[in-house]
Amino acid sequence: MSDLLTHWRKFKREPYAVWLGFALIGFALVLLPFATDAAMGRSWVRILDHTLLYIMLALGLNIVVGFAGLLDLGYVAFFAVGAYLYALLASPQFDLHLPFWTLLPLGALVACMFGVLLGAPTLRLRGDYLAIVTLGFGEIIRIFLNNLNAPVNITNGPQGLNMIDPIMIGDFSFSRTQQILGITFSSVHNYYYLFLALTLLIIFISIRLENSRIGRAWVAVREDEVAAQAMGINTRNVKLLAFAMGASFGGVSGGLFAGFQGFVSPESFHLTESIMVLCMVVLGGMGHIPGVILGAVLLSILPEALRYIGPLEEALFGRVIVDPADLRLLILGLAMVLIMLLRPAGLWPSPVQRREFSHHDES
Amino acid sequence: MTSSTESGLLLKASGISKHFGGLAALMDVSLTIHHKEIYGLIGPNGAGKTTLFNLLTGLYSADAGTITFDGINLSGKQPHEVTQTGIARTFQNIRLFANMTALENVMVGRSVRTHAGVFGAILLNQKTRDEERAIRHRAKELLIYTGIGHHSQMLAKNMSYGDQRRLEIARALATDPKLLALDEPAAGMNATETAALRKLLESIRLSGVTILLIEHDVKLVMGLCDRVAVLDYGKKIAEGTPTEVRRDPAVIEAYLGGAIA
Repeated sequence: MSDLLTHWRKFKREPYAVWLGFALIGFALVLLPFATDAAMGRSWVRILDHTLLYIMLALGLNIVVGFAGLLDLGYVAFFAVGAYLYALLASPQFDLHLPFWTLLPLGALVACMFGVLLGAPTLRLRGDYLAIVTLGFGEIIRIFLNNLNAPVNITNGPQGLNMIDPIMIGDFSFSRTQQILGITFSSVHNYYYLFLALTLLIIFISIRLENSRIGRAWVAVREDEVAAQAMGINTRNVKLLAFAMGASFGGVSGGLFAGFQGFVSPESFHLTESIMVLCMVVLGGMGHIPGVILGAVLLSILPEALRYIGPLEEALFGRVIVDPADLRLLILGLAMVLIMLLRPAGLWPSPVQRREFSHHDES
Repeated sequence: MTSSTESGLLLKASGISKHFGGLAALMDVSLTIHHKEIYGLIGPNGAGKTTLFNLLTGLYSADAGTITFDGINLSGKQPHEVTQTGIARTFQNIRLFANMTALENVMVGRSVRTHAGVFGAILLNQKTRDEERAIRHRAKELLIYTGIGHHSQMLAKNMSYGDQRRLEIARALATDPKLLALDEPAAGMNATETAALRKLLESIRLSGVTILLIEHDVKLVMGLCDRVAVLDYGKKIAEGTPTEVRRDPAVIEAYLGGAIA
C-alpha cells in the first residue's frame, strides 16, 4: 500500500503526468455540459453556469478574506455593481447598448473603484468591526438599488431591469442556439464555455498573484499587520489593493450574470448571497485556490441537489412531510456545522496547513 | 572597517518625550548612534526602552523632539517609510508571520527593496521573473547566514524559540538596513544560544550594519556594545562605554536601589 503511494507521489511530480492531468481535466470540462445535458437535463447545465459565476465570486472574496485576512460580509455589493452596470449600459432603460468587450473591463474597473471606496474608510478596522462595516456597505448598495427609481428613475427600483442585452461577441450571440461544426450549442452551453474561459482566467490571475510579491504582502498583513509594517510593507496600499482586486472579480461575475439572466433586481443581491460566498471560501479552505473552487462547486450544487428531497419523500412516505425548502437549508446548515467541527481548516486546506495538522498528530 | 562617513553619525535623537495619558514614558531623551557601532540600551523594566524603539521605528509618534536618521528627519513618517530609509527591527515578543515558511518570512522582508506590481505579477515578465529569483536567492542566503538554512521550508510557528529569534533577524536583514534594532534578542536563550547570537551580531556588525540593542543580559551587553545608554523612569541617566556605565553611581542606584540609610 505504502509502496503504491510512493509510486503515485513520484508519478505526480513527473512533468508529463502534470500535463496529462491538465489535459484530462480540460477534456472533462469541455464535455461536461453535454454529459450533464444528456444525463440530467438542461436545467443542470444552467446550474453549471451559475456554479462558474460563484467560483469567480469565491475567488474574488478569497483574495480579501483568504489572502489578506480582511473579513468582508458585503462582498455581494461588488457583484451587484457589476450586474447593474451591465444592465444600465446594455438595456432599453437608457437605450444604451454598449458592446460586451467594453462592458466587461468597465464592470471590473467600476467594481474596483467601489472596492477602494469601501476599503478606504475601513483601513483601521479589523475582524468583527470590519465585518460589521462591510455588511453595512453591502446593504447600502442593495437599498440604493431598491430606491433609485425616484425622483429620477435610474434602477427601476424593486422591479429591477429587464430585457438586458444578451452577451454578444461580434455577431455571435450567446443566447441563441448555434450550430458549430454540425454540433448544436444551446444558449446555456454557449454561456458555459464563455464563463469557463473567464473562470480559468481568474484562476490564473489568482495563482499568479498568490505567488508574487503582492501575494506575500497580503499574507503578511493577514498574519501580523504590525510586523508587516515594520518590514516596510505599506499596509494601507496592500489592503486597498486586496479590496480592489477582489471587487473586480465580483464585478466581472456580476456583468456576466446580468447578460446571462437578462434581468436583474435588488432581490438577487441580498446579504445571504454574501454569506453564501463567504461560506464557500471558508468551507473549501481559506486562502487555498483549489479548496475555494471546491467550496464554490459544492455549495452551488448541493442546494440544487437537495431539491430532490421532495420527490424522495413522496416516494418513501407517499406524501411530503417536511417542506423540502426548509429541509434543504437545515441539511445545508448541518453539513456546514459538521465540516467546521471535523475539518476546521476547510475541506481542502493549503498543503502547508495540512502538513501542519499532520505534524501535530505525530507530536 | 574605518570607512565611516565624515561625521560618523547615523542616528540622532534629541529631546524625545512621549506620554501615555498621565504616564510620562519618556522625558527629554537624547542619544546619538554612530556608524558601525553596537549601541546598547539598558534599563530596568518599564524604563521606556521599547517605547523609544517604537518611536524610532515610526510605530509611535513623539510628543516632542526630533529624530534624524542618515540625514533624514523621521518625524511623522509611517513605519514602512522608516524601514525604507534603512531601520529594521525585531520585536520583544516575537512577531513572525506564523503561517508562512521561514523562507517566505524573509522574502517578505525583501518587499521594501523590490517593485513588482499587480501587472508584473500577472504577466510574469522577464523583469518580474528575475526580481523574484533574486528575492528567493537573497532570502536563502540570509537564512544560511543566520544559521537556519536547513529550516527554510518550515512554518515559522513550528520553529524552536532560538530559531524564531534568528529568523526575525534574517527577516530584518532582508530589508537591507543601515541600522538593525533588536529588542531583547537574547531573552529566554540559554548560554550556548546566547554565545551563538553574540557571534552572529558581531558578524553583522563586520558586514557594515549598525546595531541598536535592547537587552537584559548584562554580560552580553557589556561584552558586545561599544556604547551603552541607561534609561530609568523615562530618563536617560547615563551614557558611555560599558566600563564607564558600570561605574556610574546613578546606574548602580537604578539597578540596586538607593544607598541604605
